[in-house]
Amino acid sequence: MMSTLNRRKFLKGGLLGGAAATVLGTKKAEAAHSFGGYPESMGVLVDLTRCVGCRSCEAACNKEQGLPTPAQPFDDQSVLNQKRRTSEGAYTVVNRYEVPGQDHPLFRKIQCNHCNEPACLTSCFVNAYKKTPEGAVVYDASVCVGCRTCMVACPFYVPAYSYSSVLNPVVKKCIFCYDTRLKLGRPPACVEACPQEVLTFGRRQDLIKLGHERIRSNPDRYVDHIYGEKEVGGTAWMYLSSVGFENVGFDTELGNEPIINYVKEFLTIVPMVLTIWPALFGGFHLLATRKEAVKNEQQANKR
Amino acid sequence: MKRKHYLIAGLAGLVVLAGAQAGVTAMDAADAPADIEINSLAQLYEPVQFDHAMHVDATSGSCVTCHHHTTGAPAEDPNCARCHRTAAESDVVGCKDCHSAKRFEADYLKGVAENKALYHTEKVGLKGAYHLRCMGCHREMGAPVGCQDCHSRTDAGDKMFRAGKYAPAPGTKPAGSH
Repeated sequence: MMSTLNRRKFLKGGLLGGAAATVLGTKKAEAAHSFGGYPESMGVLVDLTRCVGCRSCEAACNKEQGLPTPAQPFDDQSVLNQKRRTSEGAYTVVNRYEVPGQDHPLFRKIQCNHCNEPACLTSCFVNAYKKTPEGAVVYDASVCVGCRTCMVACPFYVPAYSYSSVLNPVVKKCIFCYDTRLKLGRPPACVEACPQEVLTFGRRQDLIKLGHERIRSNPDRYVDHIYGEKEVGGTAWMYLSSVGFENVGFDTELGNEPIINYVKEFLTIVPMVLTIWPALFGGFHLLATRKEAVKNEQQANKR
Repeated sequence: MKRKHYLIAGLAGLVVLAGAQAGVTAMDAADAPADIEINSLAQLYEPVQFDHAMHVDATSGSCVTCHHHTTGAPAEDPNCARCHRTAAESDVVGCKDCHSAKRFEADYLKGVAENKALYHTEKVGLKGAYHLRCMGCHREMGAPVGCQDCHSRTDAGDKMFRAGKYAPAPGTKPAGSH
């Protein structure tokens, strides 16, 4: 690489860009801007064609995370009559979907998808969120100020807020059982509890290969798409389905850009606005009003 | 010296052939027990009392409907038949002999990742094998599919599901409601 680089080429690329190109070899300099997730991170592949809506995952999650007693037992199927969302009392919920043209309903488990580039993390101004190398998006309540920007930023509407305490703001969401399991190389509680192996736990990279292989071996069983492989920059939890994902409650309009990319440019000018603008416009104001101030002063002196 | 080798090889070949002849008659449903207690995972649920004889009747004695290619009959699934059209009988036919109960533990995943000769990197775990096998067919045949239709819950199971004597008191509000 170095031998083919002469001074002219180096200068042509711009000092910095050229230097970066020499270091990175053939890679484009701008490739360094996007973070595709940790290479060894884990994930879960959720196969909706296998789920029977038994809610074992909900029960296991409740026990593992020490969540409060639910209003109904976990074997009560009547809760499936409504579409539920994750809450401070339930980090995962299963919803039922009647799909036209299908003789049986489909079920979909909802929990944090543990994005490669989480919008909750990038929107948090006190850095309460962290993406661990194992793939979990974890949250530190001790620094949280309760602004709830993460709840607005999340494209999946996952983080829930605990309104039970005013002075101790806490956001509640699935943490991939990070503290008690994932950190130790063990699967999350819901994965272990699932009787149908709807949830396949493994390295995210392996799961993508595995998902495509499953689609290839059963073309009649699956739509040819892994939801979460590319959506919003990729998520650790990914889904296979027998029907279009819009039929089972997924937002299929999210696009493949990480959420942060939409606001990067804007965010870079915020510090400038906060520091330079007050001085600049304050100066204009003083200049514009100086004449009048002088006039007022002279009039005051005349009296 | 050489001649002796040929002789030994020939004899060995005969022995192998004889063995193969004996194995041509595939395993028979009659070889299996009439009732099997499936108990290796029993924790939240009582062991399953599996009526093997009844299921033999239900499948008209076709072992391969449930037992993949392990009983000496060729696989039916076209995906499997690509390799397992000529199936030799296997020493083991029980689910737990091939499907691991620790499917997602680090050691198992590591073993799969490191075994470059392994084709079936996606073999389901034991719990998945049981349920996918049984429930898939039960749903098609209109047989029972409720959890407690096959195995009743234990006390530990009731506790986890907050059911039975652990059921939430009437009027319990979900957390976060006002």
